[in-house]
Amino acid sequence: MRKLVVVGNGMAGARAVEEILTRGGGEMFRITMFGDEPHGNYNRILLSELLAGGPNPGTGPDGELLNEDLFLNPRQWYRDNGITLHAGVRVVRVDRFARRVYADDGSITRYDKLVLATGSRSFFPPMEGLWLDNKTLTPGVFGFRTLHDTMAMGRYARGKQRAAVIGGGLLGLEAARGLQAHGLAAHVVHAADGLMNQQLDAQGGRVLRRSLERLGITVHTGTRTTAIRRATEGAVIGVTFTDGSTLDVDMVVVTAGIRPNIGLAMVSGLETQRGIVVDDQLRSVDDDDIYAVGECVQHRGEVYGLVAPLWEQATVLADHITGADPTAAYHGSRLATKLKVAGVDVAAMGLKEPERPDDEFVQFSEPSRGVYQTVIIRDGMLVGATLLGDVSKAASLTQAFDRRVPLPEERIRLLFDLGAPASQVGAAELDDEAQVCNCNGVSKGELVACVRDGQRTVGGVMGATRAGKGCGSCKGLVAEIVEAALGGDLETDPAEAYYVPCIPMDKAALMAEIRHRGLRSPSAVFAALAQDGAEHAGSKMALTSLLRMMWGEQYIDERDSRFINDRVHANIQRDGTFSVVPQIAGGVTTPAQLRRIADVAERYNIPMVKLTGGQRIDLLGVRKEDLPGVWADLDMPSGHAYGKSFRTVKTCVGSDFCRFGLGDSTQLGIDIEQRYKGLESPAKMKLAVSGCPRNCAESYVKDVGIVAVEGGRWEIYVGGAAGATVRKGDLLATVDSRDEAVTLTGRFMQYYRENAKWLQRCYDFVPRIGLAELRAIVVEDRDGIAGQLDEAMQHSVDSYRDPWQEHRQPATEGQFRDALPLVELPKVPVR
Amino acid sequence: MSGPDRRLGSWRLGPVDQIPVGEGRAFAVGDEQVAVFRPRGGGLQALQAICPHRGGPLADGLIDQVQVVCPLHNHAFRLVDGQCTTGEWTVAAYQVAVEDGEVVVRLAR
Ligand code: SRM
Ligand SMILES: Cc1cc2nc3c(=O)[nH]c(=O)nc-3n(C[C@H](O)[C@H](O)[C@H](O)COP(=O)(O)OP(=O)(O)OC[C@H]3O[C@@H](n4cnc5c(N)ncnc54)[C@H](O)[C@@H]3O)c2cc1C
Ligand code: SF4
Ligand code: FES
Repeated sequence: MRKLVVVGNGMAGARAVEEILTRGGGEMFRITMFGDEPHGNYNRILLSELLAGGPNPGTGPDGELLNEDLFLNPRQWYRDNGITLHAGVRVVRVDRFARRVYADDGSITRYDKLVLATGSRSFFPPMEGLWLDNKTLTPGVFGFRTLHDTMAMGRYARGKQRAAVIGGGLLGLEAARGLQAHGLAAHVVHAADGLMNQQLDAQGGRVLRRSLERLGITVHTGTRTTAIRRATEGAVIGVTFTDGSTLDVDMVVVTAGIRPNIGLAMVSGLETQRGIVVDDQLRSVDDDDIYAVGECVQHRGEVYGLVAPLWEQATVLADHITGADPTAAYHGSRLATKLKVAGVDVAAMGLKEPERPDDEFVQFSEPSRGVYQTVIIRDGMLVGATLLGDVSKAASLTQAFDRRVPLPEERIRLLFDLGAPASQVGAAELDDEAQVCNCNGVSKGELVACVRDGQRTVGGVMGATRAGKGCGSCKGLVAEIVEAALGGDLETDPAEAYYVPCIPMDKAALMAEIRHRGLRSPSAVFAALAQDGAEHAGSKMALTSLLRMMWGEQYIDERDSRFINDRVHANIQRDGTFSVVPQIAGGVTTPAQLRRIADVAERYNIPMVKLTGGQRIDLLGVRKEDLPGVWADLDMPSGHAYGKSFRTVKTCVGSDFCRFGLGDSTQLGIDIEQRYKGLESPAKMKLAVSGCPRNCAESYVKDVGIVAVEGGRWEIYVGGAAGATVRKGDLLATVDSRDEAVTLTGRFMQYYRENAKWLQRCYDFVPRIGLAELRAIVVEDRDGIAGQLDEAMQHSVDSYRDPWQEHRQPATEGQFRDALPLVELPKVPVR
Repeated sequence: MSGPDRRLGSWRLGPVDQIPVGEGRAFAVGDEQVAVFRPRGGGLQALQAICPHRGGPLADGLIDQVQVVCPLHNHAFRLVDGQCTTGEWTVAAYQVAVEDGEVVVRLAR
């Protein structure tokens, strides 16, 4: 077999190899790849998002991974495709005559065909104090190019106050926004007058500046940084500008442009100018067996710095090198980009300013909304467009730009739907060639083809084509296209309906089966219903919750199927300690309770005592070993702040004290919390009771919210939210008495417990079922199940036990033993 | 193993019953922190106790026959070899066995 060696394991190199593989290249070549970075290929575009993830980049509030898509090609991909990967190894020289590559680990590898995909690196303009020595940047100074840069920046940012970002282009603005997320004040220093002057004209730059300033980013334009100031120990303490003025900062990020990595090509005797010079087949002009692709390439005088052109290059390269299409030729890319920069939408294509006196120029500016749009028309064709802040017209403009379709007489219609209802360009209006996902280079045609090949869900199409897996700004359009292509035939992935991933049944079927077979423990359910009878870690928590809800005290407890929070009845923290939130029903406490809490906090050296958003007190940073002692000494019931369960009822001071109070909201809240405390549910249930429609307890935005109204009546709202989603609850019913309010609340919650998917909050559940349907079932008892629901709820209430009583007798051996070496663990002797 | 080499050799960690079935417990073994798991299907498995992602306590994770899921951000690691199935890490895997009812971990690297 012939040998193919690829130098550079970045977005272009790996994509070229993928394209080669899809053309049967796996049978033609034995493939070896070298990459200077010590991982598989990752999506560089997502580094901005990773940085903006804040001090704990990559994870969301409940620990879900945001960066699971970061790695485009994990190591397993190389193994699966028989590719030898040398990660963390630099190629230093190519001997074109012996056809060998020499790497810095001393290895020598022979090739028949070579692909150079060395990308680019950050450019560091000369500044006094930038470098510690030839190779080391001053501590606190960073480039923004690699995963390593991003992680290092995140670590260094901890506890820092201010950062200067040198260079106000795409990368600089993303870096500024990212550092802001780490709590730093960000200053962007830009040499030109307008921000992002590659994409925007001067006025666009000004509008963008205002938008960024509104986000709290300070912008300095028209000034250069001449020096980095260092403390005596060496780290950055500030920067100096051309006019001699200074700014104190704790870190500096240099985003003043990129430079193609052409050193390897140069020492190996290949023609280089700004990049490695290639022909229309992406071959070096000096050597037919050496191809180059990506940002390191110069083609017809152009060097590209965004991914879309690289995808086009990779296809041509693959067509040619495999012989799939020997006539394949690359003619350069017309740049049309749609980006999200520091949270602001930007789309730019072609010219950014009119060049000739008779170019038509349409301009719209609304700085207060951060919107700026221009189109440039020459000889009746669209030759340039810029959209800032509102990119709803990007798809149709891109199409007009790419396909040179005729334009409306009234040019303003390019930007606005005059007189017509505002709408985005419909999926149907796009041609097949129109690129939908710019990050991964997926066209409408490819999405449609994917549907034709049998994908029937939006998720399936996104997985197969990678559309929507870059910056994510195209997800909506992708969904629309897929739905249209399916023509009402859209299937949801059957697995989406499964209650847990390892058992192919929806919740109703699963519950019926569990009841029918009398399965009372998670292991019994796995054995009877899971594929191969195997248990599955990722399904245990959901199953445990369901079984406890169904069986009450008849449930057979298996501690190992509980999530750690439910094993030790506290919420795990980032360092392996726990938080303790005692029940303070309705937010009403007493001096004696407060005194006890204060004593406990002192006795156990609890690092933080905090009032929560749920009207109670959180003791944070408690060692696992101390939990039983803390509970015993508090002598208060658990507040269940750690589980997927009924949490709290927020109340206001109501009729007892408030001059507007119409009902005793405080007592009703306490009663509801006492009654339903701790009940497990598909997701958190947070309630509130307000004494009048002024709604001081925020009842309109709770899973269940109750509001006292004139005449001793109570309104019950369901499905409200004010967390990651904001939604006003729907009025389920208005009842005449507080007892009815308690019962109806319980009945609704029981219906939710039995029918919601795992982790589906009420704010998704209520719209899913529909308010009218819910009313019919829960309030009007159309289906005659109200009695059953009330009974099931009563059963759950009766079988409730305060889990904090486990301080008397641990439930398992070592239940409260630390799982991290916060303290000395038992040391054992060597045999 | 000769004398007080604190890194290599066999270590007796006490009775196997201190690890409830289906759970894991952490031990300081020489200079290492080791999480020993006792899957329901039988046997013992031992991995480095600290998650390489952000230092989560793997012994507190949910397990099944093949993997442990870190309680902090849900990265999963194979019990046999410590290979991460959700990211680019591996954690050290150790030999572990039950001898005379006691857990014995072998450090050899
Ligand atoms: C302690 C507290 C913040 C505070 O200092 O005030 C808090 C802390 C956490 N919240 Fe919260 N939330 C707290 C009130 C809220 C509120 C306000 C409220 O309850 O009135 C909300 C908005 C209402 C809501 O629930 O939607 C809120 C919306 C969230 C969300 C977003 C849920 C959503 O679907 O929109 C999460 C993430 C999740 O559940 O997936 C979350 C997750 C978390 C977790 C549990 C993250 C975790 O898994 O570790 C935090 C635990 C910290 C810890 O270690 O104790 N927290 N969180 C508040 C505890 C209230 C209490 O007494 O129980
Ligand atoms: C933070 C950030 C955000 C971005 N956002 C966007 C965006 O929103 N939209 C967009 O279109 N583009 C964006 N880009 C640009 C995009 O990421 C690049 O265009 C793309 O990654 C270039 O791919 P490449 O393969 O040519 O280079 P790279 O991805 O840099 O890959 C080059 C690879 O070659 C390796 N290498 C280099 N020299 C050697 C050697 N001698 N031996 C062995 N290996 C070597 C390197 O280690 C690297 O793995 C962004 C870039 C960054 C840094
Ligand atoms: S307490 Fe809530 S808002 Fe604060 S960091 Fe944790 S999850 Fe986010
Ligand atoms: S610390 Fe283990 S997954 Fe994040």
